Amino acid sequence: MKDIHLIRLRVNGREHELAVESRRTLADMLRHDLGYTGTHLGCEHGICGACTVLVDGSPARACLMFGVQADGSEIRTVEGLADGEQLSDLQQAFSDHHGLQCGFCTPGFLMLAEAYLSDAASDGTGPTEAQVRELVASNLCRCTGYQGIVEAVLATAWSRRSAGAP
Amino acid sequence: MSGAKLLPTTQWVGAAVPRKEDRRMLLGRGRFTGDLARTGTLHAAFARSPFAAAQVDAINLSAALTMPGVRAAFTAAELGHPYLLAILERAEFTATRMPLLAGDQVRYVGEPVAVVIADDPYIAEDAAEVVEVEWTPLPAIAGLDAARVAGARQVHRELAGNCLVDLTMFDDDRLEEIFATAPVVVEGVFTSARVAALPMEGRACLADWDDRDEQLVIHVSTQVPHQVRSGIAQALGVPERRVRVIAPDVGGGFGLKCVVGREEVVVAGAVMRLRRPVAWTEDRQENLTASFHGHEQRYNVRAAFDAGGRLLGLAAEIDCDVGAYSAFPFTCAVEPLMAATELPGVYKVPAYRARGRGIASNKPPTAPYRGVSRPQIVLVMEQLMERAARRLGMDPLQVRRINMIGPGEFPYTGVTGVSYDEGSYRESLDLAEQRVTAGGWPAERDRLRQAGLRAGIGYSCFSERTAYGTPTMSQRRMRMTPGYDTAQVRMDPSGEVIVTTGTCGHGQGHETTFAQIVADRLGLHPGQVRLRQGDTDLSSYGWGTFGSRSIVIGGGAAARAAEQVAGQLRQVAAHLLEASAADIELTGGSARIRGDAGAAVPISELARVVYFQAHTLPEPLRYGLEARESFDPPGTFSNSCHAVLVAIDPGTCEIRLRRYLVVEDCGVVINPLVVEGQVRGGVTQGVAAALFERIRYDSDGQPGSATLMDYLAPTAAEICPIDIVHLETPSAHSETGAKGMGEGGTIGAPAAVLSAINDALSDTPVCFGHIPVLPEDLHAALTREGAA
Repeated sequence: MKDIHLIRLRVNGREHELAVESRRTLADMLRHDLGYTGTHLGCEHGICGACTVLVDGSPARACLMFGVQADGSEIRTVEGLADGEQLSDLQQAFSDHHGLQCGFCTPGFLMLAEAYLSDAASDGTGPTEAQVRELVASNLCRCTGYQGIVEAVLATAWSRRSAGAP
Repeated sequence: MSGAKLLPTTQWVGAAVPRKEDRRMLLGRGRFTGDLARTGTLHAAFARSPFAAAQVDAINLSAALTMPGVRAAFTAAELGHPYLLAILERAEFTATRMPLLAGDQVRYVGEPVAVVIADDPYIAEDAAEVVEVEWTPLPAIAGLDAARVAGARQVHRELAGNCLVDLTMFDDDRLEEIFATAPVVVEGVFTSARVAALPMEGRACLADWDDRDEQLVIHVSTQVPHQVRSGIAQALGVPERRVRVIAPDVGGGFGLKCVVGREEVVVAGAVMRLRRPVAWTEDRQENLTASFHGHEQRYNVRAAFDAGGRLLGLAAEIDCDVGAYSAFPFTCAVEPLMAATELPGVYKVPAYRARGRGIASNKPPTAPYRGVSRPQIVLVMEQLMERAARRLGMDPLQVRRINMIGPGEFPYTGVTGVSYDEGSYRESLDLAEQRVTAGGWPAERDRLRQAGLRAGIGYSCFSERTAYGTPTMSQRRMRMTPGYDTAQVRMDPSGEVIVTTGTCGHGQGHETTFAQIVADRLGLHPGQVRLRQGDTDLSSYGWGTFGSRSIVIGGGAAARAAEQVAGQLRQVAAHLLEASAADIELTGGSARIRGDAGAAVPISELARVVYFQAHTLPEPLRYGLEARESFDPPGTFSNSCHAVLVAIDPGTCEIRLRRYLVVEDCGVVINPLVVEGQVRGGVTQGVAAALFERIRYDSDGQPGSATLMDYLAPTAAEICPIDIVHLETPSAHSETGAKGMGEGGTIGAPAAVLSAINDALSDTPVCFGHIPVLPEDLHAALTREGAA
């Protein structure tokens, strides 16, 4: 017998109400029940971070959460970063600094960095290269060697700081 | 620069054009195979062997089939025992079938014995777990030594000595005399661990039956769509036109996806029966334990040097643990053949013997992982240079220079018969040494040592043979011989272009770089050129993307086809402008008469006239602006010199990179962003092989690296910034002057890192000859030597 729960959550500002089996992961629910396929699954055991999304503003591995645990939460996925068709500054920096190749891990790095940059902006200190490298070490990329990712996050941090940061 | 043909005036080639691929990936709108399932798609899961070797006595599917939501389940018997068969047409090769599902015997942990198809993947996995199999375990052949011991069980009945292939590629009868009389003979055993390619997207497929076209349509995360089509057709006994393979966005491959996976073919076979869409997505455990591995090799090497450090002779016995099966279509001979043919590398070897063997074991089969034996052969040659230098009291870089193919010696044909096109081997080493010195690395090494750390600097010099066409590939004698590729260039009535290619990019930025090449030929902007790839119904038969072939072969074919279309455009422009076609140039979106600023017609206008006013043109100029061209070069060598500074904490034995430099020469750089990205990613994979990654098996053939907690892929914290310097020696064997370069980073890094580690230990007798060098290896060796 399936154990089904009715839950309600917001994803990228949009309200969703759905019935979800208790064992269904947040990642599968986002991807296959709600259509947010930008969230990718690279390992399904919490190491690679490709499935990183923001749950109430904090980065979380969507493969390590059940969908039911997100009941009442505000979720942000990669689809929520751009302003319509306009890439965010972070997304643009990833392209400018060649921070992606195959693109599979990219959504996880973007969400990880987005959360970090929001925190960094709020405390008014700019990150160092070493701090960003430590952050980026949360996730795995097999293509880039990480240098472009580190540069993109640093460049975004600096430009947000000099722009007075949102 | 001699030997390079006159290249067309370029505008986009060489520019850091932002990648077209980026936008959809950054928006989360990439379309990977796992994103494509539609409502009603069924999901496959595989029941797999828990034993490295066992007899399969019975399989009972009834518990699985009665589970709610399960739609079907199949064993090998029910599918008619289909198999993939990769053949090397050599007497020294024994062909063995790789069954899609194991029949009466399993040969590694993770080998599939049954497939279950259910309404959702959770149910499918549950059902796969209740497939009941009666096994009779057999003794496992867990490695090279177990495979070779007298009386060992044969992984396949038809083998002897568990040997799938045994090739003595070269044998110079002067060698024994050379070794007997040489002033210095360096001997060594060098090994590299089994590794996983580890693309972030594992393997995946989604198949459906199309009644309109009477065709199976299968989306596969693959590097080689046409070979997947051939494999499905051969295994299932259908004509190729009954199968359409589409590679959508592919999340990395690194060679894992340039062979055909049996699961993909099983899913295809299931869909042909069920006529329902079926998806399969491997999980990371399956990827690490049940897909394909690479690089488990052992080299027994002897090298003779004269008193001045000059190499006199080289003999190598190369054994590759290739696992249980020959992967389709390349066979298991890829690694031993590559190693034996190319071991000399950038060095002049007067006398050479090499024997390469592929040895079967009860482990997953191997695929041509990025670099394919070259990380090992470079490591071997560089260690030989280092050790000879140490014996002779010489500078190891000087020993390299003495033996290296030098300026003025290109094209060079060495003892292996391989012809090396123009390169900058000497120049790249000289430049790397200058940069290392100017960058203060030796002083930094001294400071680190004074601070109580061990520190060392290591180099590696190598060339990377790329873009093998059939002139080269045919020497391997594969029944399916890869090499050529074909492009079509078609301009539409608005003057924009679609290019089709048989290559299949999966992160290399081909949509951008092919567009740069074609745009220059046609006087267009790269944004007006769209690349279509990865669809067997759209493109001519091609060989996908592996072996650093795509930009030279696929890009070369596209350049040739674009040149044809450019010729057509010039004819039409000449007609409209009442000029000679020879005087027309295509630039900035217009056809112009050279030297006449006023006489121009937009290319879009030429296209409009050709398609919509065909009757106004002379007969030969009508009916379309399109061309189809192929390219099949012998291959071209890019080259590099890597340098690395490592520091070792004597307490923890942790090895950290401090500095990394790559001087690389891939001929004409099409897009520096892409080239540098390939170098940095490649170096990271090479460092991973040198310091971290190892797929472990115990003596029963049980895997010990089934998760990313056990298999340590490097993060950003383990990698330092990588500096890159470009040299450009264009290739005469390349339409664009470009050389392939997709694997070089991975090839050069292990040798450089190992040299650096050994330099850091140069005050001890410890000298490593294996990868990865783990902290525990260092600790054990230093403790043994009393140097800890």
